[in-house]
Amino acid sequence: MRGVRGELVLGAALALASATATAKPFWAFPDPVTPIARETLHVHNLFMAVIVTLFFAVLAIMLYSFWKHRKSQGHQAATFTQPNSRKQWAWVLAPFAGLLILDYGVFGVPAYHAVLSYEDTQNNAELVVKVTGSQWLWQYEYPKEGIKFASHLTTPRDQIDNKAPKGENYLLEVDNPLVLPVGKKVRVITTSNDVIHSWWVPAFGVKRDAVPGFLREFWVKVEQPGTYRGQCSELCGKEHGFMPVVVNVVSQAEYTAWVTKQKDAVAKDKELSNAVLSLDDLKARGEKIYATNCTACHQATGMGVPNVFPSLVGSKVITGPVEEHIKVVLNGRPNTPMAAWSKQLSDADIAAVVTYERNSWGNKTGDAVQAAAVGKLRGDSR
Amino acid sequence: MSVATTTHPGGHEAHHPSGLLRWIQTTNHKDIAVMYLTFAVIMLLIAGAMILVVRAELFQPGLQIVQPEFFNQLITLHGLIMVFGFAMPAATGLANYMLPLMIGAPDMALPRLNNWGFWILPPAAVMLVLPFFLGLGGVGAGGIDTGWTIYAPLSMQSGWGMDFAIFSVHMLGVSSILASINVIVTVLNMRAPGMTFWKMPLFAHGFLYTAIILITIMPVLAGGVTMLLLDRHFGTNFYNAAGGGDPVLWQHIFWFMGHPEVYVLLLPIAGLVPHILSAFTRKPTYGYKAQVYSMWGIMFLSVIVWAHHMFTSGMSVGGQLYFMYSTMAISLPLAVLFFCWIATIWRGSLTFETPMLFAIGFIVLFGWGGLTGLVLADAAADPQYHNAYFLVAHFHYALYPTTVFGAMAGIYYWLPKWTGHMLDERLGQWHFWVALIGFNVTFIPQFLLGLAGMPRRIPDYPLMFADWNMVSTVGAFVLGASHLIFVWNVIKCVRGGKKAEARAWEGAEGLEWTVPSPAPYHTFETQPAVK
Repeated sequence: MRGVRGELVLGAALALASATATAKPFWAFPDPVTPIARETLHVHNLFMAVIVTLFFAVLAIMLYSFWKHRKSQGHQAATFTQPNSRKQWAWVLAPFAGLLILDYGVFGVPAYHAVLSYEDTQNNAELVVKVTGSQWLWQYEYPKEGIKFASHLTTPRDQIDNKAPKGENYLLEVDNPLVLPVGKKVRVITTSNDVIHSWWVPAFGVKRDAVPGFLREFWVKVEQPGTYRGQCSELCGKEHGFMPVVVNVVSQAEYTAWVTKQKDAVAKDKELSNAVLSLDDLKARGEKIYATNCTACHQATGMGVPNVFPSLVGSKVITGPVEEHIKVVLNGRPNTPMAAWSKQLSDADIAAVVTYERNSWGNKTGDAVQAAAVGKLRGDSR
Repeated sequence: MSVATTTHPGGHEAHHPSGLLRWIQTTNHKDIAVMYLTFAVIMLLIAGAMILVVRAELFQPGLQIVQPEFFNQLITLHGLIMVFGFAMPAATGLANYMLPLMIGAPDMALPRLNNWGFWILPPAAVMLVLPFFLGLGGVGAGGIDTGWTIYAPLSMQSGWGMDFAIFSVHMLGVSSILASINVIVTVLNMRAPGMTFWKMPLFAHGFLYTAIILITIMPVLAGGVTMLLLDRHFGTNFYNAAGGGDPVLWQHIFWFMGHPEVYVLLLPIAGLVPHILSAFTRKPTYGYKAQVYSMWGIMFLSVIVWAHHMFTSGMSVGGQLYFMYSTMAISLPLAVLFFCWIATIWRGSLTFETPMLFAIGFIVLFGWGGLTGLVLADAAADPQYHNAYFLVAHFHYALYPTTVFGAMAGIYYWLPKWTGHMLDERLGQWHFWVALIGFNVTFIPQFLLGLAGMPRRIPDYPLMFADWNMVSTVGAFVLGASHLIFVWNVIKCVRGGKKAEARAWEGAEGLEWTVPSPAPYHTFETQPAVK
């Protein structure tokens, strides 16, 4: 009697699993758009169908027993404590044999294939992209194309603070999305500048940690053009909930055009690094860079958060020698959330933001810091 | 040695000091157990209140109640306090009270160690939460805020709340190692004559293996946090790649402790539940030996599967396959336990008093927690669950039924033995049903949120997650409220109620039911003989 249930359960589970291969169950992931996402969804559906069936089958047996074997119905307790004949032993062991087959056959084999395909990062990769996590933004780099940019959340603070109505893509919108060509196998390398982050787009079926000092990798081959969104999924400090991932997948032609445009922008930035700008120009440029990179901690007012993030108003670093100030921005403060910005901002950017900090919120040093001054200190280790 | 002595001359109890000193100096296992349990319930309420603030924040998108930096402290302390402040002391409390009574020993083997083991806990708890409350008052940067997993190098950035937490973890570790040593020595040496290893109550078996796991894993965690402390203040680079270290090393060390910890919490309850099932089905335990063998299997497997928590950290294909298949292997001993529990119920003579309800609640909910664990073992699909709400829901289905429903089952089951009064059955039933509904309304939506792509540990979320978060928050408050019924019921039961007999439950078996209710201050001064 007891053992029959194991067999029934297994049979029913398999039947249900094959049935769900076509329908979309309530437990499905977001629609898959990569080979990995499709494969993991398939394995997921199989697992879920089996465990849901198992759960309710066993629950039904328990409920039957609760109903049938109540004392109030005068049911007398049996006294058996173990199987007593070879036949009973066989019935008792059958469910466990079934479970073994389930674990290492029904689940184990498809999962084995999925793991192998998930890790097949290098074969036939047509494009390499490097993803660097930073507190709290993503940097994308196309090493071969020489393109590099940062991707920040663009949802206005007012929406987060409930002072403005929330937009459609609330917390899932960025200034510079990652752009990928459709149908190409892309090898993605992850790393981090500070703490561990994790890059996740549910529709791609991939999530990979970005570990400081190490390279990790995965691959995507997106089959449909479109905009795909995800979020950082490893707690990385205060703004962990505010560093989304947005990927634009476009046709090859659009992608090529985009690459050309980016290369032009890189050239322009280089030009800027050699130019000498006026204090007002630097300040205007610096204000924008400050707003995207610094306000999360030091706040728009420059006041910081008491006891947590230092105020920049009248601070010793800001009002002291320029070189020291630039060095802190370039190299960060070890073991604090103050990041080293040398890898994320160009010389022109750092010059502008330093100028802005030295001439705002009542700070009046009058220094107009030029990109060349930053370039000189870059690479200087303390 | 043939007669069980259960009554005592009145003068015997006059030896111990009264008032506060009684509790500070006591070496009596019952006193210490009461302190453990009281401490655990207070911690449950504190950590529960913390997470209710979190759930209130997550009621709607946008930041309403707390700022992200404070949010991170709340989720971190919730996890640490629940595991180290509530779950483990609650189990230790049950063991302290009941192990000597169940194996016919006069007390724990090492009573002074027992006292010390407990009294390390309150200062450890204070160390853990003090920076948090100081931060509330504007002093310092607040408590530990890295999540209970304390991943490096994020843990390098935190303020001195982290250093306090490191010290606290050291003290908690010492406390649980002392308690574990005591349990092992007691169970191995203090059993009544005739109670062989294979006649020991399953609760004693379960706690014995928990103790063995604990003294295996806690020193590893202590070493890990010490390395973190050295990295933070003494210039070492264990977790810093720039100095030749590896942040992922911390994850290995942490999960070598963190995964077995789940079974540390499970095994005492897995040992306790058969006693309750047997009592309320009036039927002997099915598959006693099979259950013990399964516990051995779980004990062994628990320490060799840890890296399934790290599939997204980056791991070789071979590593992924090994940790996937070894994790799946745990389903076998667990399935044996479930089979035995259900076979014990099958064809019994069932009644559904409060302890039985909680035991059944544990079996059903933990069953779902275990099954979803099998899903998470799949290394390829794991990235879709990992660090998403699916994972949060999974481990709450694994831990909540075990630590809360399991502990509640035990407390309700033995409360008549402790207080001498039967509990208010009606209140007990209310507690169970409100908790059951609250629990499912809280965590079923979290499975769906995770599958839709919501990461965990975020104070604010995209609009598509709004509806289920709202439902989950309502459930959490219902669940929280249910435990107020529990507290009221316990207070009521201590103060009075129907007089409990020595054998408080009709079908209850075991030495603990041979002593009067309430159990006298000293029991089994002459050990009973077991046939």
